[in-house]
Amino acid sequence: MPIKLEQVSFVYAEGSPFQQHALKDINLTINDGEFVGIIGQTGSGKSTLVQMLNGLLKPTSGTVTVNGLVTTAKGVKLKSLRQEVGLVFQFAEHQLFAESVAADVAFGPLNQGVPALELASRVDSAILTVGLPLEIKQRSPFELSGGQMRRVAIAGVLAMNPKVLILDEPTAGLDPRGRDEILARIRELHRERGITVILVSHSMEDVARLVDRLVVMHEGQVIHDAPPREVFAHGAALKAIGLGVPQATEVLQLLRQRGWAVPEVALTLEEARQAIAQAFGERRARA
Amino acid sequence: MSFKQNITLGQYLPGSSAVHRLDPRTKLLMSFSFIMVLFIVRGGWVTYGILGLAALLTILTAKLPLGMVARGLRPILIILSLTIVLHIFSTREGVVLFRWWFLAVYSGGINQGLLLAARLVLLVLSTSVLTLTTSPIALTDAIEYVLKPFKRVGLPAHELAMMMTIALRFIPTLIEEAEKIMKAQLARGADFESGGLMKRAKALLPLLIPLFISAFRRADELAMAMEARCYRGGDSRTKFKVLRYTMLDSYAWVLFAALSALALYVSYL
Repeated sequence: MPIKLEQVSFVYAEGSPFQQHALKDINLTINDGEFVGIIGQTGSGKSTLVQMLNGLLKPTSGTVTVNGLVTTAKGVKLKSLRQEVGLVFQFAEHQLFAESVAADVAFGPLNQGVPALELASRVDSAILTVGLPLEIKQRSPFELSGGQMRRVAIAGVLAMNPKVLILDEPTAGLDPRGRDEILARIRELHRERGITVILVSHSMEDVARLVDRLVVMHEGQVIHDAPPREVFAHGAALKAIGLGVPQATEVLQLLRQRGWAVPEVALTLEEARQAIAQAFGERRARA
Repeated sequence: MSFKQNITLGQYLPGSSAVHRLDPRTKLLMSFSFIMVLFIVRGGWVTYGILGLAALLTILTAKLPLGMVARGLRPILIILSLTIVLHIFSTREGVVLFRWWFLAVYSGGINQGLLLAARLVLLVLSTSVLTLTTSPIALTDAIEYVLKPFKRVGLPAHELAMMMTIALRFIPTLIEEAEKIMKAQLARGADFESGGLMKRAKALLPLLIPLFISAFRRADELAMAMEARCYRGGDSRTKFKVLRYTMLDSYAWVLFAALSALALYVSYL
């Protein structure tokens, strides 16, 4: 399911005084099995961009091609496209509606026409995948905690067995533990099932540890598209657009400014610790 | 897949034209008076021409994009065509223009239908110019002021105005929310557009239930936030933006009175 965007632009409320350019001339290709992070400030166009990928929004100009299908083409089956490209929205728990967790998770597969026999196993496996116990199935989704509701909503998309999974700010508003658990589950999912994962976030810390490729958006344009290490090397430029780098990288960059021989980028705390310990050791050996 | 663009009625378009700067009370009472005049005058093309010209002048002075004002008329399109058709077939005056089976079209019918349609268009125009040039907050302030005299007979003017402000404030929020939930369910393969009436009504449940839940949650949070800021209703509350009547309002009234008098004079001549 490769996804290809060519010269994609999108204008909100075209022709009215509220007209707004949300995307400008975006060229992007996402290949099978990639783990891509899309990062940018609020209003940078990242949510608009991901809605292009399953045909919920169609570009004002340019083309979006998913698995060889152009979303703007006439008579294209968007419903089947949406089953292949699962999209978990921001604050996904706001979409829950059914009387039980099981019924809510089954909503997507039922729309797909999955037979009853397979349905039960799909629901179970989706619930387990997001790290919830099966006992939760008969409970009302509205009596769960915020983090649990979010996971039920993600399970609802996973139950459709998408080949591409897009998550828009899946950890927004969760406590650190809930955040870590969800991110760990997403990483597992990518490793075990080999599906393409696109993670939208404004938190550098979250994406730094997870993704292989980082797309940085600013005012509707892609300004960086590279592995996180390369992107974070542009610390000052990222700060100029209000984004910044992970704390581990920031510490190293500040140390470098003071003449310490440490690498420019560290993605995790552990990596930074080792780099600093090494530099410290070298300096002591020289003294 | 966007509702927002289609809703012009009740939308405010910020600006700094003379019409925007009028006291909201002036605009409220003037649109109300305009509608009264519209109903008092005897229908005639010259009269409606004068009133239409007044409306057009206001729209031009306010620098409203004509396309947007026209789009505000779209919701009444069905009523409009229904009125015209009903009048065409039910009026039996003037010359017979056309006869088919038991139906006959008289020239008077067409005239009547079109006149009534013009009246409806002017009516909607005046209200949409009011809401397009007046911020919802200013408008409810004006309504509160106008309703004040009825307080003596127990009308909760302030509470009504506050309820209206809140309702108006949350229309775009709820529309946005509805759009978001709709997209989320579409992404899960929901189908809102095909099937019979029952199937479609059922398909709306995954949209309506989350929408209601979030509306209640918002109401709860808002009530709490208002209480936390010591909101206790109207009596001792002062205004942040005090309404001020200026010379501009006087000019507007003079102009309005002149045009209405002219329209009335022409129609009863």
